[in-house]
Amino acid sequence: MSIDSRIVNDLVANGISFVTTVPCKQLADVIDEVDRRPEIMHVPSNKEDEGMGLCAGAFMGGKRPAIIMQNTAIGVTINTLATLTQFYRMPLPMLISYRGELREPVACQVEMAVHTKALLAQLNIPTYHFHWQKDVEELDNILKYTFMCSKPVAILTDANFWGGYGDQ
Amino acid sequence: MIRSEILREIAPVIRDHLVVCNIGIPSQELHAIDDQPTNFYMLGTMGLASSIGLGLALAQPKKVIAIDGDGSVLTNLGTLPTIANNSANNYILLIIDNGSYGSTGDQPTYAGKKTSLTAVAKACGCDNVIECRAEDTKKVLEEALAGDRMTVIVSKCESGNAKMPVITLDPVVIRHRFMEAVKA
Ligand SMILES: Cc1ncc(C[n+]2csc(CCOP(=O)(O)OP(=O)(O)O)c2C)c(N)n1
Ligand SMILES: [Mg+2]
Repeated sequence: MSIDSRIVNDLVANGISFVTTVPCKQLADVIDEVDRRPEIMHVPSNKEDEGMGLCAGAFMGGKRPAIIMQNTAIGVTINTLATLTQFYRMPLPMLISYRGELREPVACQVEMAVHTKALLAQLNIPTYHFHWQKDVEELDNILKYTFMCSKPVAILTDANFWGGYGDQ
Repeated sequence: MIRSEILREIAPVIRDHLVVCNIGIPSQELHAIDDQPTNFYMLGTMGLASSIGLGLALAQPKKVIAIDGDGSVLTNLGTLPTIANNSANNYILLIIDNGSYGSTGDQPTYAGKKTSLTAVAKACGCDNVIECRAEDTKKVLEEALAGDRMTVIVSKCESGNAKMPVITLDPVVIRHRFMEAVKA
């Protein structure tokens, strides 16, 4: 089974039925997979804080939400994470491409990568880092944990996890 | 007519519906005028009332009214294409356009100058956009509620704020009672 189907299977198995996304090259296939699944309402957003607003509404409407985004979006969403998701205590799994880590071809991505874990730690956001493909085995437990504690939780997925950047 | 007068007029129309209300004085005014468990008050996060409202409307069948401000829509303009392209016929976005950032001291917004949020919403693909005078807001909202069509209402009013107390309800309590009302 592809890693993308495996991830989306775990989302569906955990009752996630509302997913918002802002693309990253690294996330293209998993986003396609989300879009293909009839169990999931996929609502692309224009900015990740907007996406977190959509997720908050969907959650209050009775759906389990998730957001798929790039780690650069941490810079966009700190206010929303603190004053909406955390302040009102809402669960939000965040599947995040961890750009700027090992095997990254674009130097600028490193500039946010070096802040990513520090910012998440400062926000007291439980954070998991997938580096090897087998790390995906933890996803099911992470999703259960997220809805158990009603917090935003970060799953950082680096280039090595996704199998590099092809020929780059 | 200022925002609080509009809220007072529409209170009986919206009280039985799910309402997501804009940050700051708008929420304080609505809370003081007619607090309801069906009201979700935003205590922070400027700009996301329309997004929260859309997510809620897409997730369940009850009618949802997001009461937003011109300044907040301007800060999250990306919301309008998302609303236009994800049809939720149980969704009404009411933009109270006082041409200012009311909560922070009535500083002018561009919506009070050359920018028309009505035209922006139409250009974003929202195909049922109604601009009205503050005085007509109640009637326009009643008509929108009677129809089964996603509607964006831009209500042009004067800037000014009523003096109302800060909301001291715990956010988790606001969220919990709101979710119970959604399920009811
Ligand atoms: C990111 C951010 N910037 C600025 C503020 C301060 N702020 C709170 S409410 C508000 C004005 C909102 O204006 P509008 O949406 O037009 O509502 P009005 O009060 O005019 O009805 C501002 C600037 C904030 N809360 N968050
Ligand atoms: Mg305003």
